[in-house]
Amino acid sequence: MKSQFRPDDVVDAWVLDDHRPLIRSLERRGLIRGGLSLGILVMLTGCDVKRPASVEAALLAISRFNDDMQALLFNPDKLAPTYPASMILRPPKFNAYYDVIDVKPVNGATWRLELSGLIADKRPWTLQELQAMPQTSIVIKHICVEGWSYIGGWTGVQLRTFLEHVGADLHAKYVAFKTADNYPSSIDMASALHPQTLLATEYGGQTMADPFGYPVRLRTAVKLGYKNPKWVTAIEVTNKYPGGYWESRGFPWFAGL
Amino acid sequence: MTQLTGGIPIVSRRPIRAGRRLHPVPVRIMHWVNAVVMLVMITSGWGIYDDDVIIRGFHFGQFWRLGDWAAWSLNWHFAGMWFLAINGLIYLIYGFATGRFRDKLLPIRPADLVQTVVDTLHFKIAHDDITVYNAVQKSLYIVVILAGIGQVVTGLAIWKPVQFSGLVSLLGGFQTARVLHFVGMTVIVGFLIVHVALALLVPRTLWAMVAGGPRLTPHTAPDGNHPG
Repeated sequence: MKSQFRPDDVVDAWVLDDHRPLIRSLERRGLIRGGLSLGILVMLTGCDVKRPASVEAALLAISRFNDDMQALLFNPDKLAPTYPASMILRPPKFNAYYDVIDVKPVNGATWRLELSGLIADKRPWTLQELQAMPQTSIVIKHICVEGWSYIGGWTGVQLRTFLEHVGADLHAKYVAFKTADNYPSSIDMASALHPQTLLATEYGGQTMADPFGYPVRLRTAVKLGYKNPKWVTAIEVTNKYPGGYWESRGFPWFAGL
Repeated sequence: MTQLTGGIPIVSRRPIRAGRRLHPVPVRIMHWVNAVVMLVMITSGWGIYDDDVIIRGFHFGQFWRLGDWAAWSLNWHFAGMWFLAINGLIYLIYGFATGRFRDKLLPIRPADLVQTVVDTLHFKIAHDDITVYNAVQKSLYIVVILAGIGQVVTGLAIWKPVQFSGLVSLLGGFQTARVLHFVGMTVIVGFLIVHVALALLVPRTLWAMVAGGPRLTPHTAPDGNHPG
C-alpha cells in the first residue's frame, strides 16, 4: 500500500545523485563524531548518562557532610511535639518498598529478638520479656521523606531503657536493625537514646496490626519515616557504618527531623 | 526613542577608573552563583514534589526534574541549599553594608508604582537608563529577595521540624510550611519568567550583569565608602 505521506510528485533522482558524496560524508562524519562523544560520555560516567559517576560521588560526599551537620544540629533533649490521643489516625498509613498485600505476617509466639555487636548480654528476647519492660506511650507525627505525614500513637519500651538493660556500649556510634522483610536500617546512638525512640508493640492502645510491624518495630519521633524499620528481628550495636535499605540506594543516612 | 542621556556618555568623559560600575564584581559573581543554584533548587524541588503532590493531578515531567528519581533530587536539593543560603547571606550583608539595597531599591512611591504599571500596559517601558530601576522593578526585586529568605525559613522548618518545632508551629504546622515552601517556589519562578523575558528584551541589562554595565556618575553612586 502506498504511504499517504509520500508525495505524488517524487523529487527528481538527480538531486540525490548530485549530492550523494556530500550526504555520505556528512553521515560518516556525524556517526564517527557521535560514536566518539557517546563513548567518551559513557567512559566518564561509568554507566549512567543521566547521573554521571562524578556528580553522584560529589552529591554523596555532600550527603555525608550533611549527616555530620545534622548530628551537630541534633539536640538530644529536644522533644518532638506530641498530640492528644483523639488525633491518632486509625489505622495508620502503610508504607514499604512493596505493596501491603505482600506483607508476610510474623508469628509473635515464635518471634525472637537477636542481639549482637557491642552488647554485654546477647541472650535473645521473647515478646513477653519485652512487654514486661517499663512501657512508654507517645502520640507523635510520622513524617515521610516524600512529604506526607500523619499522627500516630505508639506504645513500647524506650530503646534507651532496653540498651541500658542489655549492657550495650552507649558510646558506640550506631544501632543497626535487621527485619523480617529484609529492610536493614540503622540510626546514630544519640537518636537511639532519645526518650521518644521506642521498640513499639502497640498502636493506639492495641496490639500493633501485621502491616505496621507486629510484633516489634522501631518508632522514633526524631527521624523520617524510612528510619523506622518494622518487624525487627535483630539489633546490633556497632562502630562500623551499617547503612540501610534506602541509604544504599542514595537516600541520606541521618535523616533526622 | 532611545535617549542616551543616561550614564554612558557623561561617564565616558571621566577617567576610566573613576566611576564604580552598575554591577560591581561581587554582585555579578553572587548573581550568577544564585542563578545556577536557584535552578538546581527549583528543578530538584520539583523532583521531590512529585513523590507526594500538593496539587492533586499536578506533576512535573521527567524533563523538568533534576535527579532521575527522588533520592537524587533530594541529594541535589540538600547540596544546593548550602550554596543558596551562604551565597544569599553574603548578598544580604553586602547589600545592606554597601548601601546597594537602599540606593537601588528605595524609595518606592505608590504613585510611581501606578504610573509604571500604566506605562507598561501601554507598552511604554522606559529603559534608557539601566542604572535606575523603576518602581515595579524595585518592588519585584524586593519581593524575590523576601521570597528567597522565606524559602530558607520554610525549608529549615520542613527539613528539621523537630529541632525547629517552634518555627513549624509559627508557620502553622508541617503541612502548611510545606505548602508555603511550594508557594515561595511559585513566586520565584514567576519572577524568573518576567526577569529573564525582560533581560532578553533589553539585552544591555543582561550584558551589564556579565561585564558590569555602565560606570555610575558620582551623584548616582551610593554614598561613601566606595573605592571604585
